[in-house]
Amino acid sequence: MTATTTSARPELSELGRSETALRTFLHGLPGVDQVGAEQRAAQLGTRSIKTTAKAQAIDLAIRMVDLTTLEGADTPGKVRALAAKALRPDPADPSCPHVGAVCVYPAMVPYVAEVLAGSGVHLASVATAFPSGQAPLEIKLADTRAAVAAGADEIDMVINRGAFLAGRYKEVYDEIVATKEACGDAHLKVILETGELATYDNVRRASWLAMLAGGDFIKTSTGKVPVAATLPVTLVMLEAVRDFRAATGRQVGVKPAGGIKTTKDAIKYLVMVNETVGTDWLDPDWFRFGASSLLNDLLMQRTKLTTGTYAGPDYFTLD
Amino acid sequence: MFEYAPAPESRSVVDLKPSYGLFIDGKFVDPTDGGSFKSINPASEEVLAEIAEAGAEDVERAVRAARKAYDKVWGPMPGRDRAKYLFRIARLIQERSRELAVLESLDNGKPIRESRDVDLPLVAAHFFYYAGWADKLGHAGFGSNPQPIGVAAQVIPWNFPLLMLAWKIAPALAAGNTVVLKPAETTPLTALLFAEICQQAELPAGVVNIVTGAGDTGRALVEHPGVDKVAFTGSTEVGRAIARSVAGTRKKLTLELGGKAANIVFDDAPIDQAVEGIVNGIFFNQGHVCCAGSRLLVQENVADRVLESLKRRMAQLRVGDPLDKNTDVGAINSAAQLERIRELSDAGSAEGAERWSPPCELPDRGFWFAPTIFTGVTQAHRIAREEIFGPVLSVLTFRTPAEAVEKANNTPYGLSAGIWTDKGSRILWMADRLRAGVVWANTFNKFDPTSPFGGYKESGYGREGGRHGLEGYLNV
Repeated sequence: MTATTTSARPELSELGRSETALRTFLHGLPGVDQVGAEQRAAQLGTRSIKTTAKAQAIDLAIRMVDLTTLEGADTPGKVRALAAKALRPDPADPSCPHVGAVCVYPAMVPYVAEVLAGSGVHLASVATAFPSGQAPLEIKLADTRAAVAAGADEIDMVINRGAFLAGRYKEVYDEIVATKEACGDAHLKVILETGELATYDNVRRASWLAMLAGGDFIKTSTGKVPVAATLPVTLVMLEAVRDFRAATGRQVGVKPAGGIKTTKDAIKYLVMVNETVGTDWLDPDWFRFGASSLLNDLLMQRTKLTTGTYAGPDYFTLD
Repeated sequence: MFEYAPAPESRSVVDLKPSYGLFIDGKFVDPTDGGSFKSINPASEEVLAEIAEAGAEDVERAVRAARKAYDKVWGPMPGRDRAKYLFRIARLIQERSRELAVLESLDNGKPIRESRDVDLPLVAAHFFYYAGWADKLGHAGFGSNPQPIGVAAQVIPWNFPLLMLAWKIAPALAAGNTVVLKPAETTPLTALLFAEICQQAELPAGVVNIVTGAGDTGRALVEHPGVDKVAFTGSTEVGRAIARSVAGTRKKLTLELGGKAANIVFDDAPIDQAVEGIVNGIFFNQGHVCCAGSRLLVQENVADRVLESLKRRMAQLRVGDPLDKNTDVGAINSAAQLERIRELSDAGSAEGAERWSPPCELPDRGFWFAPTIFTGVTQAHRIAREEIFGPVLSVLTFRTPAEAVEKANNTPYGLSAGIWTDKGSRILWMADRLRAGVVWANTFNKFDPTSPFGGYKESGYGREGGRHGLEGYLNV
């Protein structure tokens, strides 16, 4: 729940005009009790998802994967292979759905775009001097525009954590607004880099800041710092999008990224979505996994459920 | 959209016998007059087993066995040797925890998630904890060489059958007493499996005796002249009767009785976690918890927000088969208890409080009650004063911290309380003023063997758990 009501709706859009208004609002959000939040996340993790529910969850999770490669060593060949995998994750089983999106660096976007064209698989690109975000704003915006021009329809930006931690909320807000504008029609995912924000109170504030500034998705992490997505962080973000929709009517998506490697992990996230924000978010348009190795584990578990036996890793493509 | 498929825990780990005798002097024996009763599964009303009913003669045999074991074996035994047995029991409980958890859920109706994740880990932890005290009693603050009391008569309730057994037996044995324990008549099975564990641990005969039966058996036990100590957990009404019956005798008495705890939510509370705490406070174990947070005191300026969140959260509660691993709220323990919950809830509606339950389908067979909240409750309502002992929450509001304290304390009970606020100083200020044995801050229903538990006022006297819990079993 938030400190806002429907009658406060017009004021919400004006918060970004003043540093004081933003600070007052963000610091007026209800606190998060660390122990309680972690306990709730752990409790949801004990749900037992079996048989038909598991099959359903696996297919949904595959459709939610943002198949990602963000390496200095990425090449056109590498990202084309990844894009091919995104289209047909399991070449042996045409009933296997395609993933949600492919996520690459801006320079790799044109090569992926060729493969994905017309497929329904989205093309996401990190931008804004990912992963540190430590570049002048003009460069970050140019980075964003270039990625969109090359064919990306989703932009994963990083927030300015330095400004956030220093309490310069308006600066963070303005950068998100400017990036959103640079995106044009592309969807904007705002990476909070929760591992650097450190507290759940900060995660909740940053979530609200990103949503107020127009982000279409809020995303946990770059995958480039030691602490990436965790269940409690995702819980706090889910509560934020739930409360934001209640206050404004606008629905924002959530993307945990980094460190989600197994089907078991993915199912825990889906259970959390189901029981925190409900089925409205159980859709690739509103929930994504930023992951790479997760996909093969999902495929292995999927094959196990359909055939009854575990196929070895050699039966799944490495890309 | 995302339906969880049934995920039942297997019953096959439990080897239920058709009938059970009394556990006296290390052996299972038939009752003298051959009486028996049935223990049923409250989720299906299926009969689980035929249980022997102990009469006065059986109680006599059990007390005699306990006395002999106290005089000859357990009393004289060095603490380090007693510890050895208690550690062994603790380890056996851990090894057989799945079996015990399934049996507890079958007999009691509580969800397997709770018996597996809460009850059994705490049971083992209690035995481990008190095993550690057995050879260190001289350092517990009761003199350099405190002595046991003798034979303890222990009567326990049906809400946490095995956990209450552990709370009673572990400190008694660690201090050097022997025990005769009577489990509740609706939930005797895990106590009888515990008796098997005592045999498996080669605990000397007569140190632990289990006599099954209802109120008459319990009365015969606590009134038996050969008993030196009485420990009871249950209703305030029965507690009063026991206090009367032991008055003027040499018996020492510990009572852990009812409660009507206030769970107090301030406007600066972490709302999402407070809502979890409210749910855990009243719907944990179907509200069959003496320290349940059955009165929600919420600051009036956030009451609407908290209630909206609470209702949304309650709609997520999964009520049903206790053995399904995804069940949050199980069956009410007995037809009699269900009747009491219904009667008090109807009184709540009749007195003008507004009743709400989430839409939820209840099974046809067995004893079920949907999670329920009453809003618009005042201090004058029966549902704000009487212990319902079920999944029913009464919501009241307050304006200032002083008013919260006043309302929280305005009850004959005083077992527990909860405070939800981001302000540490307010937690301390409140805790000083709340007349409750346990005060939880930004959490609820948290238990640990190292922490003493017990009540003020009509919630009883004496403490269980921690170093303090030894006092009731030592001659001090």
